[in-house]
Order: sequence, then structure tokens, then C-alpha cells
Amino acid sequence: MKTNRRDFIKISSMGVSSTALIAPMFNWKSGSIETAENPGGSYSRTPTYCEICFWKCAGWAYTNEKGEIWKLEGNQDDPHCKGRLCPRGTGGVGMYYDSDRLKTPLIRKTIAGKQTYVEATWEEALDTVAENLQKVKEKHGAECTALFTHGSGGKFFGDLLNAFGSSNITAPSFAQCRGPRETAFLATFGEIIASPERTDIRDTRCLVLIGSHLGENMHNGQVQEMSEAIDKGATIITVDPRFSTAASKSKYWLPIKPATDLALLLAWAHVIINESWFDREYVERYTYGFEQLKDHVQQYSPEWAYGITTIKPDIIRETAREMAKASPAVIIHPGRHVTWYGDDTQRLRAVAILNALLGSWGRRGGFYYPDRVNLPSYPHPEFPEPKRTWRDAHPGKYNLALEVVSNDICDSTIPAPDRACNFKAWIVNGTNLIYTLPDKKKTLEAIQNLEFMVVIDTMPMEITGYADVVLPECTYLERYDSCRTDQHREASVALRMPAAEPKYNSKPAWWMVKQLAAKMGLEEYFKWNDIEELLSWQLQQAGTSLEEMKRIGVKKFPRAFDDMYFRQGEDVPFNTNTGKIELYSTELAAEGFDPMPVYTAHEEPAPGFYRLNYGRSPAHTFSRTANNPNLTDLMDENVLWVNPKVAREWQLKNGQPVWLENQDGVISEFPIKVRITERIRWDSVYMVHGFGHASKQLSRAYGKGTSDSDLITRVHVDPVMGGTGMRGNFVTFRIEEPEGKEVVA
Amino acid sequence: MRYAMAIDTRKCVGCADCVVACQTENNVPIGYCRDWIVENTTGTYPQLQLEIRSERCNHCANSPCVRCCPTGASHYEDGGIVLVEAGDCIGCGACIASCPYDARYPHPDGYVDKCTFCIHRVRDGQKPACVAVCPTHCLYFGDLDDPESEVSVILKKRKYKTLIPEAGTDPQLYFLT
Repeated sequence: MKTNRRDFIKISSMGVSSTALIAPMFNWKSGSIETAENPGGSYSRTPTYCEICFWKCAGWAYTNEKGEIWKLEGNQDDPHCKGRLCPRGTGGVGMYYDSDRLKTPLIRKTIAGKQTYVEATWEEALDTVAENLQKVKEKHGAECTALFTHGSGGKFFGDLLNAFGSSNITAPSFAQCRGPRETAFLATFGEIIASPERTDIRDTRCLVLIGSHLGENMHNGQVQEMSEAIDKGATIITVDPRFSTAASKSKYWLPIKPATDLALLLAWAHVIINESWFDREYVERYTYGFEQLKDHVQQYSPEWAYGITTIKPDIIRETAREMAKASPAVIIHPGRHVTWYGDDTQRLRAVAILNALLGSWGRRGGFYYPDRVNLPSYPHPEFPEPKRTWRDAHPGKYNLALEVVSNDICDSTIPAPDRACNFKAWIVNGTNLIYTLPDKKKTLEAIQNLEFMVVIDTMPMEITGYADVVLPECTYLERYDSCRTDQHREASVALRMPAAEPKYNSKPAWWMVKQLAAKMGLEEYFKWNDIEELLSWQLQQAGTSLEEMKRIGVKKFPRAFDDMYFRQGEDVPFNTNTGKIELYSTELAAEGFDPMPVYTAHEEPAPGFYRLNYGRSPAHTFSRTANNPNLTDLMDENVLWVNPKVAREWQLKNGQPVWLENQDGVISEFPIKVRITERIRWDSVYMVHGFGHASKQLSRAYGKGTSDSDLITRVHVDPVMGGTGMRGNFVTFRIEEPEGKEVVA
Repeated sequence: MRYAMAIDTRKCVGCADCVVACQTENNVPIGYCRDWIVENTTGTYPQLQLEIRSERCNHCANSPCVRCCPTGASHYEDGGIVLVEAGDCIGCGACIASCPYDARYPHPDGYVDKCTFCIHRVRDGQKPACVAVCPTHCLYFGDLDDPESEVSVILKKRKYKTLIPEAGTDPQLYFLT
């Protein structure tokens, strides 16, 4: 039997009480969750911005006279949240109070033939990290190290890696999430959507959602603006096989057959062109390739689409006209998590093309031109030029990827004879790769081939069990970070500063990086003494100060020009090969891809199988919040949505636990309870992502519900930008607990 | 003065931010809540309707809970807010049984607890925590005796219903339909 170089280690020094496992809802009784006393009168507040999701809403952390964090509220001046945090942001206090947090640095050691974690001082742990990274550099080159990050600390670790000599810095938010839309919109308009989305929902008259479940995904500003649009009487059209919350708010719900969205989008283009509903002046002035597009979509009539999508031709025509009537104040929403079927860039191209035909790009109620503050980097010597980058591992592949493709780093970590260098060391910050990347088996194989892995996290997520060194990061409520400068209608800067001292022996990322830089001889790249000095300098360049920001939390910078939308008849240069909005993409053509989206049929479920669809709950962000006591109180497990017809066939009852088996014979590690509901089509099942945790150290999340990631073993990679299409997996029910099931752990 | 709340079911997405904000604001122990979400689906696929409601104590003008309280702990405050004076409560649970809305729960500290319309905030000129946090702006709070209050204004503009009106409690939560 082959022994693993890297066994999964349960972080047992955490001291999890058994009562917490039996009755997590009543944890307060055992005193394992501390909460601040209601301070009544006296309290103070410190500015922060939220780390629970990428929307990064700015707010205030209120502390009582004992210095305990009491509550979080939004900052009224913040364009991202307008004073209102979402449930996850409001429940962010739970991240701070969670007694399951990582508490002290850990180093993997083999004692009496058994691998275990040994508690370490910061000095020992950081020495181990520095030594091992240097070893990899000497043996293989610095470029054989990679950073996976999804969080604010990633900025500092990214700078460290760049200084070290590697530019392989990746975030799963590209290739597992929004990558296809960015590549598609760049190819069409010469600009990306970015975050927060530049959708002008506030002023739209027609919002079209393609599988996007706003309201269940609490992308705060968009949800607020959708509500505002409802007040103003905007039409909402939702395309979704599931009767989502957004669908229930819609004038039109199109219960489409899963995996056929591109057929509907092309049929809409067909109607809009053939019935002359497009914005003729806009198309003539700004676009390239209209005639080719017109010829191309002739094959995609509503009658043709009916047989594919199950949406009736008259409804396709009626909704196309509804959009056109609202033009240009119409948004065919580009969505966010769009890595579905492997032809996602092409589907998002169809979305971009529809917006172009209706003239919504650069128009009020469509897509606005965002503004942002550019905070300069603290002066440092130029980073060394890496000898190789991730692209060299697979030359010619994914040329249109705009960011480093995380799954490609994973693939290139598994040795292959035709590659000179494989990745040998990973730094993982704030992303639980075991559930973030599809195809867990491959991720684990890659990890086994690493010479070193350090994981920086606040929680004992599954990925920490595979690390050589675990570094406990303090939560966002206990630390400074870089200022938030994300785009919006108005540029703004938001400050995050500590509301409380770090609990346990946890530290902020900036501090870890500063120490590591000193140990690795990279001090010259980090000349600031501490983060207050760094932030003070940066904020001064932007015309404010750390003192002012501590007082106000958010500073807005009015736009210098009235340029949020195109002016009537304005000539606009677009950053594409032709300088026009490309309905026909010269860039995709040059790369050998279809210059205009072509419908291809996707695999359908075999008899007895159902397409596995997954999504979000307003209470949770991925698996990141799965153990948060305040948020597990709202929702502590996911359930499986099953249509009543399917339930009848399988004789399923509401609340009955079932195991799921996918098309490759992989069986879910934990059962999931059935929710029989009319809100889901009979050819698919649905669950919220982020549950079914296998780490017992997550006492509230362990074994609660099922992990969709475990069942996503078939990945349809988008050849254009490397995204991992994850909605081509099918499951069937196992009523009895399966014996000898294969568990990938 | 007559405090009331209107809830726009057309905007509510059921995110439960109201629940979390109430819990943190009022230090409600984890596992308990003073407000909650109800989702009601009707119809068969694909002819479906979904009503989502953020619910809490109805602060009834004719409250069975106040009437049946043996110690007077349950009482009316100015503006008709129904409150429990924790120090006077013996935790007998008569009020819990009498409430048609199931709006009360036994606090582990031995008294009965429920929504206060965040009276401490309201007296301070602020809105209740749930109203202030709601990302969809679907909650409206104010004085029905003031025709300019946001709750009076919205009730004049929109159709609404109350829950279980047949119980005769004169509830002060208005659900906009």
C-alpha cells in the first residue's frame, strides 16, 4: 500500500467539545460561543469593510466598553452598501467569535511514523515556510511556486511571491466563476465587467437574468438596486429551470430546460434583428460585423429554439420585444458564476451581443462607465522578471484568459514528461481548494506532488489538513488590510482597521509577509515598518489621510467628468482590434474559435439521473461561512430540491435523507435531506453550494448536508479561457446508506 | 401615536438580514429569534407564485398576550408597542399559548421574549434594526397617527393585508401585496 507523503491531518489540538457536535444550535449553553453584552449606552465604532464576500461593503464595527465586538452596521456613505449590510455582513461578528478558529501556527511533523501537527511559535513556523520556499527556489526555480488566494491578505502574499520571482498568483474567482464573462465582454466591448458589476440596475426598465439568482446571491448593491427597479416598475425577465426568488419577482419567468440557454439567446438575437427591434443608430455607429451576425442568426428561429429550450416561440418573441421596448435602459445581465458547460465564453458573448444590439452598453439603465481611485504602491524596486509563467506549462492554451487559471496551476502540479518545471510549492490564502476546485481527486493528486504547502486561513478548512505549515490569520475585524478601491459609479476608498485585538495567537497577513520577507532576504520590497505607515503614505497620495479615514471609514471622490454614459452621437473608441463593438469577434477568430456563438447541444441526463444544479443562499458565501455561528443559525445544512413528480417516482418523502451518486459512480460522503418542491424542474435537482464539510474541526458544519463539489467530477473546460464548466454532472438517488462507498478524502 | 410596520412582499427576498440584525442588536441568543421569514409557494410548475414575508410580533391593539399575563409583565408602551418587562415575568408561558402569531419564545434566562420594535432605537430617533438593515428596503416603520410617516404614506398607496385578522387582535403589521 502506497503511503501518502501528505496524509490528511485532523487539527486535533483545537479542543472541540462533544456537546457542540451533538447540538450545535444550542452552543450558547455550553458557553462555547461568546457574545458581547448589549452595551446599552456607551460604545465606540471603528471602520471596516466586509470580508465575507467580494462585494466588500464598508461598515462600522461597534464595540462595548469592555472592548467586545457587539454588532456590525453599514456605512451610510458607502456606494457598495448605502448603509445596509447583507445578512452575511451583519452576521460577520460570528467569524470573530467562532470558537473553532485556527488558534496557533502548526507544523507537520512525523512522530513515531505518524504524521501530526505540532503547535509552533510564529518564529518556528515562519522559519519553516521561508526555508522550504528557498529550497524549492534553489532546486527548481522561484517560478515553481504558486499562490492561490481569495481574500484581502492575498495582496501581501502576492507582493511576496512577485518579489520572490514568481508571478503565478491565482484566484478561483476567475476560472471557477466570472472568467467567461470577462473574456467575452472584453472581446466584444474592449472592457470587462469587473466587480462590483457596472450594471445600472437602479435606472433600468428591463432586467434580464439568465440563471442569475439575485436575492439568493446577496450581492448587496445589485439586490438593493433590483428592489429599487421593482419600485420603479421595471420589467424583470428570469430564465431559470428553478423558480428562484428572482423568478418570483418577475413579469416573465422562462422555465428553460437546463443547458440550453445559448439557444434562447441566439433566438432572441434572431427576433431582434429580423423584426428590426435593434438600436439601428447605435449599431451603425459603434458595432462591427452586423451583416455577418444577421446571416449567422438566421438559423436560430424561435421555432427552432422551442424544441431545444421548451420555451414557446411566442414567449421568445414577446420577451424580445419587451427588452427592445425598454432599450437602451435594458440589461441582459452577464451573471457572475458562469462556468457551467464549457462553452461559457460563447454564451456570454451572446449576452454581450444582445446588449450591443439593444444599445445598452454605455447607456443609462444599461451598463455605466465606472470610476475608481488608483492608490499607488509603496515605492519598491522592480520585481524580478520570472523565468517562466504558468502559460509556459501549456503553450498556446487559454491565450484569452485574463488572469492566471487556477485549475491549470493544479494540472501543472502533477508531473508530466513534457514539462520542464511543475509547481512544487503552493501558498494558499483564504480559499478552501478542496471544495473550490472541481475534481477533488485531481486536486489531491496535485497536493501529493508538492514539496511544500503553506495554508493561511482563519478556520480549519479542509485544505489546512494537507498543509505542511498552517498559519492562523486573524479575522477582518481584528486587522488592517489594504484599502478598498473597487470601481463604482463614484470612486471611493474604504478603510479596514482592527475593532479588537486578534484573538488567540492569530496574526494579520501583512505582518506575516513582513516577517517572511525579512527571513527570505526580500526586505527591500517592503520598506514600510508597519501597515499604518504604508496606509498613511498611500492615503496621502490620494488626497486624504489615515486619521481622516479612521474617522469617516469611506471617502468618495466625485467624478471629474460627466462620463458615466455615452453622450448623444458621441464617437467612442473601443479597445478592440477594430475599435468597434465586435458583434463578430476578430480576436476569437484569430485564436481559431467561433467568431460568433454557435449553438452546440450538451449531454443530457441518462434515465434515472438528474442534472446537478447548485447555487447560493443569502446566508452563506461558499463554504467560508459554513461554520459561522450566527449564519449557521439561519441555515446549517443544505437540502435537495426535488420536483414532486420525481419524488413520486422514487417514493421520496420530505425531509428524507438520501445519498447521491453521480455519473462516475462517486457517492456523496454525507446524506442530504429531500425538499419536495414545485419550484424545480423534473430533469434536475438543486442544492446550495458550500455544505457537507468533512472536517470535524468545523463543529457546526461537519457532516451537515452534502457537498456539490464532491459530485462534480466531470469538468468541461472552456477552451477559450480555461474555465471549469461544472454543470454537466448528473446524480441519482441512493435511498439506503451505500456500503463501501468510495470516499475521496 | 400608533406605531406600525408595513412589509412589502413584492420586494422581500427572504434573505433574513432582519433576523441577524435583530439578533445582534438585541443580543438574542443563538438558536432563538424575534423575527423570521415565511415563504409560501402556491401552484404547480411552471404556474407558480411565491410570497415571502418577514414576520414578527404584530403589536396588536387588542393583544391576547397582555390580557392573559398574570403578572402584568406583558403590557402596552406608548405608541401601542407590546413589551415584556423581564423582571416581572415568571415565564409561565400563558402569553406564548395565547399568541396567534407564535411571536414569543421562552428566553433561556427564564422570561418570555419577543420583538420590541427596537423601542430603544425608536426612542433615540432611529428605525428598528430590521428596518435599518433591510437591503431591499421592504420594511416601513412609523406612526400611523402621523399622515407623513413612511408607513402611513405607503399604506395609502398600496394594497395590503394583515395576518389572521379573524383572531380579532387588531394586528399592526401590514403586508403589502
